[in-house]
Amino acid sequence: MTAGRPLSVRPAGRHALLVELPDAEHTGAFHAELLRRRAAGTLPPVEEIVPGARTVLLDGVPQPEQLARRMAGWDIPARPADDGGVVEIPVRYDGPDLAQVAALWQVGSDEVGALHASYTYRVAFCGFAPGFGYLTGLPARLHLPRRDTPRTRVPAGAVALAGPYSAVYPRATPGGWQLIGTMADPAPLWDLTRDEPALLTPGTRVRFVAESGAS
Amino acid sequence: MTVRLTVVRPGALTTVQDLGRRGHAHLGVPRSGALDAPAMALANRLLGNAPGAAVLEATLTGCALRPDHTVTVVVGGAPCPVTVDGRPAAWGAPVRVPAGAVLDAGGVTAGVRAYVAVAGGIAVEPVLGSRSTDLLSGLGPAPLRAGDVLPLGVPGSPEVPADLAPWPAPPPELTLPVRLGPRTDWFTPAALRTLTSATYRVSQHSNRIGLRTEGPPLERVPGGELPSEGMVLGAVQVPPDGRPVVFLHDHPTTGGYPVIGVVAETALAAAAQAAAGTPVRFTPG
Repeated sequence: MTAGRPLSVRPAGRHALLVELPDAEHTGAFHAELLRRRAAGTLPPVEEIVPGARTVLLDGVPQPEQLARRMAGWDIPARPADDGGVVEIPVRYDGPDLAQVAALWQVGSDEVGALHASYTYRVAFCGFAPGFGYLTGLPARLHLPRRDTPRTRVPAGAVALAGPYSAVYPRATPGGWQLIGTMADPAPLWDLTRDEPALLTPGTRVRFVAESGAS
Repeated sequence: MTVRLTVVRPGALTTVQDLGRRGHAHLGVPRSGALDAPAMALANRLLGNAPGAAVLEATLTGCALRPDHTVTVVVGGAPCPVTVDGRPAAWGAPVRVPAGAVLDAGGVTAGVRAYVAVAGGIAVEPVLGSRSTDLLSGLGPAPLRAGDVLPLGVPGSPEVPADLAPWPAPPPELTLPVRLGPRTDWFTPAALRTLTSATYRVSQHSNRIGLRTEGPPLERVPGGELPSEGMVLGAVQVPPDGRPVVFLHDHPTTGGYPVIGVVAETALAAAAQAAAGTPVRFTPG
């Protein structure tokens, strides 16, 4: 998969490497490969593996130059579309920006939910707040701008769109994304009583399920 | 028996800090932890605590505490007056605080952050392996309020003799060695020269998330927006206003502004003690 499209490695201080990939697809495959090698015990010690949109940051690396040389020789298989578990998120498509999104998508307001729920997404990376996952999977023609004026408060559970991403706000924060729906009980998105507190970890696949009565 | 401290005066911003959370950056969880880690470690050593025992990090105006049993404390980091029930006590060395007496770490006379370590450590419930307050994402205990009660752990090995403790003075000028990358190519050659030749000043808007600076803006080469990518501790991120921000322990784990270089972690303790207005120089490192 990486043939002819080598990864590029950028320095990030004394003990970190920022690995840049050509696109989101290669980034996901490279991230999956890192996790596979770590699980197999063949990755040198790395404290943090942080995927981004087109990068993976390796932080807390004792000998970054050595790791960079090793990675250059890796053969990285494409990630199967159906690997990993699927998380289903129930959504009421009742967001305040439905009409605006419908206009940008050139569909009726009552069609936004069905269209959004028709794709399978994947968590590309996390950030912004614990439990906040950036989900890819929307086709390019449905990518959206952020709102011109961010909201000072987006409620927990808001299902939102911006750029190529979908997301669900794990808790109330300011935010500039377009809000199309609501996850009635957002508590599972970030639950410190679980061994894995985040529901949406990088690589996880996600389906949105329109709740009955939504329109 | 659990010994408890009652917060009499929380000060402007006092948080519980230890060595922070590791291994959760991919979930958006910052590292957190004491900004002046050497000060925390020294205070703990003087008490016979484990190096990473949780301490209190007070900002500028100190804090005051009342233990319900006799405890030994060390106030260190930024220099400040220390009193026990109003009587002057030692700074930077173990101090015995009788049950019911008030330990007051006053406003700093230099620097920014004072550390109050207590024998046994602050024993609030850890979250993801750390007791640190994370001001970016709200993990760990909330900043202290008057009346809060903090449990203490059991004091460890016998206290080491209070020999000469090498507390570094807060820096009159901050020198930050910076290694270029990962996004140096997003900046003009002039910006790279400016970074290592200009004098910046610490902005009053600095906090646990970042040391903000005031000074000549760093110009970017024209181009698009940077897709979000992972950020390391010490990253020098340059937002659209061109003024470099040095990421400290509560920094966001991913971000969309280019990082021109990364400051060595060993220089960040001094950065945490550089008061607003302190001159800052970035040097090749």
